[in-house]
Amino acid sequence: MLDFLFNTDIGLVILTFAKALALLVPLLIGVAYLTYAERKVMAAIQLRKGPNVVGPFGLLQPFADAIKMITKETIIPSGSNRVLFVMAPMLTFILAMLAWAVIPVNDGWAIADINVGILYLFAISSLGVYGVIIAGWASNSKYAFLGALRSAAQMVSYEVSMGFVLVTVLLCVGSLNLTDVVRAQSKIWFCIPLFPMFVIFFISALAETNRSPFDIPEGESEIVAGFFVEYSSMSFGLFFLGEYANMILMSAMTSILFLGGWLPPFGIEPFTWIPGPFWLILKIVLLLFVFIWVRATMPRYRYDQLMRLGWKVFLPFSLIWLVLTAGVLMAFGLLPNA
Amino acid sequence: MDMQDRVVTTKTVEIDSHSINFGPQHPAAHGVLRLILELDGEVVERADPHIGLLHRGTEKLIEYKTYMQAVPYFDRLDYVSPMCEEHAFALAVEKLLGITAPDRAQWIRVLFAEITRVLNHLLNLTTYALDVGAITPALWGFEEREKLMEFHEAASGARLHANYFRPGGVSKDLPAGLEEKIHEWSLTFPKFLDDLEELLTGNRIWKQRTVDIGIMSAEQALAWGFSGPPLRASGVPWDLRRSQPYDKYAEVEFQVPVTRNGDCYDRYLIRLAETRESVKIIQQALAKMKPGPIKVQDRKFAPPKRSEMKRSMEALIHHFKLYTEGYHVPAGTTYTAVESPKGEFGVYLVADGTNKPYRCKIRSTGFAFLQATDVMTKRHMLADVCAIIGSLDVVFGEIDR
Repeated sequence: MLDFLFNTDIGLVILTFAKALALLVPLLIGVAYLTYAERKVMAAIQLRKGPNVVGPFGLLQPFADAIKMITKETIIPSGSNRVLFVMAPMLTFILAMLAWAVIPVNDGWAIADINVGILYLFAISSLGVYGVIIAGWASNSKYAFLGALRSAAQMVSYEVSMGFVLVTVLLCVGSLNLTDVVRAQSKIWFCIPLFPMFVIFFISALAETNRSPFDIPEGESEIVAGFFVEYSSMSFGLFFLGEYANMILMSAMTSILFLGGWLPPFGIEPFTWIPGPFWLILKIVLLLFVFIWVRATMPRYRYDQLMRLGWKVFLPFSLIWLVLTAGVLMAFGLLPNA
Repeated sequence: MDMQDRVVTTKTVEIDSHSINFGPQHPAAHGVLRLILELDGEVVERADPHIGLLHRGTEKLIEYKTYMQAVPYFDRLDYVSPMCEEHAFALAVEKLLGITAPDRAQWIRVLFAEITRVLNHLLNLTTYALDVGAITPALWGFEEREKLMEFHEAASGARLHANYFRPGGVSKDLPAGLEEKIHEWSLTFPKFLDDLEELLTGNRIWKQRTVDIGIMSAEQALAWGFSGPPLRASGVPWDLRRSQPYDKYAEVEFQVPVTRNGDCYDRYLIRLAETRESVKIIQQALAKMKPGPIKVQDRKFAPPKRSEMKRSMEALIHHFKLYTEGYHVPAGTTYTAVESPKGEFGVYLVADGTNKPYRCKIRSTGFAFLQATDVMTKRHMLADVCAIIGSLDVVFGEIDR
C-alpha cells in the first residue's frame, strides 16, 4: 500500500489529493468558526450576546448560515458580464485556498515544501486583487466599480511595503523556503529583532485582507458593500469565504515569518511536549483575535489617508529598516549563508 | 522643443463627472435622504439633496385636528427627540391661550427635554461614528439609550411617541420612584461618556476623518440658517435655552459649549459637551422639583382627574367637551421656538378662535442643515459625505414633515 502511494504516479496524485483535503477541510471549518468567533468576540466587546440560538452556544450558527447561503438564488444583474461575474468569486476563493499549499504546519508538514515559498505566497496574495477588480467591473454598477478601484489602489500600495518586509526577513534567513524561515527562528523569533517590521506586516495584512480599519473597498457606510454589492447567494458566499480564508492565511504568514511558526515560545520541557501544529494554531488564533479586536475598535480610514499611510509612512520606513537590517547583518557578520 | 510646441502638446482633456445615487436606500443616508452626488473620481463636485420621501402632510393634517389631537404629530416629526418637539407646540398653544404650566409641570418638561437631548445626542454621536466606520460606539450608546427609553416609558407609557407634554402641563405625573432612578442614572452616565470618548475623541483615525471636514464659518453657518450644535460648533454662542429661556431654564445653571472651527470634529465635541451639561440640568431639575399639580387647574384646558369625574357632573362635562370638541384658542399668531437637540425648532401657529389651528408652520432644524450639504461637501471625498451628513444630525421625519 505504502509502496503504491509513494512510488507510482497515480499513488502520488492520490496522496497529494488526500493531503490537500486534510488541510482544506479543517481550513474551511476554521473559516466557518472564524465567522462565529468574530460575531462572539464583537458581541462581547459591544455588550451583546452574539449568536446563541442555533445549537449549544450558537455553535451551529455557521452551518445555518451556510445552508441559507447555498439555498438562496444567485442573481446575475442583467447589465453584467456573466462570465466574469461568475468567475470573480471563484477566483477569489480558489486563490485563497491555493496559497495554503506552501504553509508548513509542522517541521516538514507542507503540501508543497518548495524553495520559493515566500515568493509563491506573495504572488498568490497579489493575485487576489484580480477577483475584486473583475467583480467590480463585471457587476456594471457604480458602487461596485468604486469599490474595485479603491481596492486595486489599496492592495497595490500595501503590497510594496509588504514586499520590503519579506525581503528583510529573507535577509535574516537566507532562504525563501518557509520551513527554513521557521527553523531560522529556533533561537529567537523574528518579531523581537524585527519588531517594527512585524507591526508593519500585520497592519499591511489588515489592508491586504480588506479588514477594518482598511475596509474601504467594501465600506459599508460609503459604498454599501463595495465590489460585491451585486452578489448574492453562494457567489457572495465565496467572496466571504475567500476573505476569511485570507485572514487566516495572513495570520499564518505572520506567525511563520515573525512568531516562529510551529515552534514553542521556549525550547524547554513543558513547552516542547505540546505538538507543533498546536502552537501554530494558537498563534493564528491570537492574531485573528487582534483582527477582530481592531475591527470593533477603529473607525475606517479614508481612501486618500490610507494611500498616504502606505506610500508615505510604511514604504520609506520599511525601506530604511531593510537597509539598516542589511547593514547590521553585514557589519557584524551575521549573514546566514556567509 | 520651443514654447510654441509645448502649448500645442498640452491639450485640455474634458473628463466627465459621473453621478451616483446616495440613498434613499443607503446605510449612511439616515433614513430616506436621496443625495445625488456628482463625482470626479471620488471627489464630490456637487451634492443635490432630494427630499419628500417621508412627506406625510403633517402641517396640513394639524389644521384638521383639535389642538390636543395635534400633539402626537409632533412626536412623529423628529422621532429621535419627540418630547422637545411637543415642547414647542405646547408652549405655542400656551402662549395663545395665555396660560402658564404649573411649576412642577415646567420642571418635568425641563427634565424630559434634557433626557430627550441626551437620547438624541447618543443616537447621533454613535451613528455618526458608525458612518465613519466605528461599530462599537453605536451598540454601547444603545445600551444607555435603553435605560433612558425606560424613563420615557415610565413617564408617558410609550418608548418613542410619548404624547406627554400637553398645552398646560404634562399628561400625567411621574410614577413613584422614577425621580430616584433618574438620579442614579445621572450619576453613572458621565462614566459612560468617558468610555465613549476613549473610543473616539483621541482616536487618530477618528480625528483624521473628522478634523477639517465640512468646515462652516460662523458667517456661513448663520447665512445658511444653522442653529443648535452645528451653529455653536462654528463659534456662535446661540442657545435658545439661554437667550430666551422658556419653562424653568432660567433657573438652572448650565454652560453653552462653543467651539471655533465648525468642522465635523467640533460638532462631535459640542454634542458630547452638551450631553454632559444636560446631565447637570437633569440633576438640578430633580433637586428643585417639588410635588404639586402637573397641569393647569382650569378645566377648560386640562382634563379633570378620573376620580373627580365619578363624583362631579361638571367634571364629566368638561372631560367630554375636551375630548370631543377640544378647547377654543383665541385668534392670534405666535412663533414659538425651543432649543431642540438638533437646533431651533419652531412652531408658527395661527389661531382663528376655533378649536383647530388655522395654520401650523413648522420650522424644522434639519432642513437648514440639509440645504448646506452642497457647500459643505464640495471638493470633499465620498467618504467625507458620510461624516458630514452624520455630523449634521438630520432626521427625515422633520425635514419632510
